[in-house]
Amino acid sequence: MDLLLFFFFAFLAVAAAINLVVQTHPISSALSLVGVMGSLAVLYLLLGAEFIAAVQLIVYAGAIMVLFIFVIMLLNAGAEQHRRAKLFPVVAGMPALFAFLALASYTISKMFPRGLPAVKFGEFKGGGAGEIGMAIFTKYLLPFEVTSILILVAILGAIVLAKKEID
Amino acid sequence: MEFFIITLIKAGLIAGVLLTGLAYLPWLERKVIAHVQSRMGPSRVGPHGLMQPLADLIKFLSKEDLIPAHVNKFYYVLAPFLATALALTSISVVPFGPQIDVFGWKTNMGMTDLNIGVVFILAVSSVGVYGIALGGWASNNKYALLGALRSSAQMISYELPMALAIAAPLLMVNTLNLRAIVEKQQGSMLDWNLLHGPFPQVFGFIIFMIAAFAETNRIPFDLPEAENELVAGFHTEYSSMKFALFFMAEYGNMVTVCCMATILFLGGWNPIWPSEYGSNFVATLLFGGAAAIMFYHGFNPARPKDRITLPIFGTVFAGIALVFQVPFLAPALQPLFWYSLKVGFLLFLFIWIRATLPRFRYDQLMRFAWLFLFPVAMVNLLVTGFLVALFTK
Repeated sequence: MDLLLFFFFAFLAVAAAINLVVQTHPISSALSLVGVMGSLAVLYLLLGAEFIAAVQLIVYAGAIMVLFIFVIMLLNAGAEQHRRAKLFPVVAGMPALFAFLALASYTISKMFPRGLPAVKFGEFKGGGAGEIGMAIFTKYLLPFEVTSILILVAILGAIVLAKKEID
Repeated sequence: MEFFIITLIKAGLIAGVLLTGLAYLPWLERKVIAHVQSRMGPSRVGPHGLMQPLADLIKFLSKEDLIPAHVNKFYYVLAPFLATALALTSISVVPFGPQIDVFGWKTNMGMTDLNIGVVFILAVSSVGVYGIALGGWASNNKYALLGALRSSAQMISYELPMALAIAAPLLMVNTLNLRAIVEKQQGSMLDWNLLHGPFPQVFGFIIFMIAAFAETNRIPFDLPEAENELVAGFHTEYSSMKFALFFMAEYGNMVTVCCMATILFLGGWNPIWPSEYGSNFVATLLFGGAAAIMFYHGFNPARPKDRITLPIFGTVFAGIALVFQVPFLAPALQPLFWYSLKVGFLLFLFIWIRATLPRFRYDQLMRFAWLFLFPVAMVNLLVTGFLVALFTK
């Protein structure tokens, strides 16, 4: 059952990701991205990280993508025109893609040591809100604080840019 | 297997009760607003217009399902379904009562019991804006588009104070499980998060309710469908059953939000005072009193037909009053009574305010969210966090 769900949503995520690139209308692309986020949330849930799954939905699908769609609607962006395909990307693209995939899979397989136990669905219990809070405020305190300073800087930047527009 | 069968039965029960309730909520709303404005309200279909929802349903089903030209057909059709599906999804994690014993099966009242129930409802409601936004955009109508834009901006803005208002009682109960939150508030009214120390969540409750009005697009925050500016807002182009779906989503969201407020602040299905001091008899007294009044007016009739109808309804109400005292049913019905009483009061509050307040202006709406509600919610959360850290181990 878990495996079935995993494959279904993994397939859905990849399909939505491909659809995101293929679609010509910005709204369709944005909604495909929502589909990717939703499927990822289900994958997190299957792995036992329930809090991260919910936050994934709230932050990405519920806030960021709504903002994207808001902007697309506000600008009333129409469908893009397909350009005529040029010869060079068609000929060189496919081999380059496969080379990149091979390189990436080789690097990833090298990064992780052999002999790790296989993932069992539902076995991981550290995905609750309490465990994550504990990890953030003890083990990963410095990265957490650095991230919040980064966000603060970004907010200040946004305010400065908005002020310039008003003045 | 057992689990699937029980869950299916529960899903069927909840869906049936909920959809009937959603059908009667507009009737209640029209009646209440009518009486606030010294009118009769729906009174033609059935006694007191009680069959009005059925008539509305037949009307919605038999009207032409119009798809205007030049709409984006896929998203135009998808939007109402998305809105309703998401509105009904969040009900699935809401608990309605404690664990009960049905013929030896121990089961929770409510469909599922998630560890992260609160966050789940927040997640689903934050995705719920897509139904409205897509519907407005796909309609290819400037009024619908403006309504959709307003709605997405409004929902993003009011989600923040809402989440902050929810976080404060969560700090006090220290769990995200909706059932555990209610169980932490056992006892009397003073143990509810609304009134319980270290920092009674009165402000939190008020902020939550204001944000809830905005999240469900209700007056005074119903700018996405402000009829004197935008015709009907995001659902201008929708007709027949698709319009009904949007309508249902709005009322479904209202019910969810009222359930959330009841669970987080008003102690869920816990009675106002403990059952040792006789709160078990409140339901019986209420229904029994109603029955007594009906019997009195039945035997001293003002109209000739009252001589027949009122005693019949009086008997029904007396029967309901007695059912609450049956030892076999009481453990399930008593909590359900208190729960529906609180949710019903909050729903009445929604209707009451609709009958009372005018609509905000758009700039007022945004200024209110960002410059007043958000800072107040922040201060509320900070004070609560500080006092909880100070007074609890």
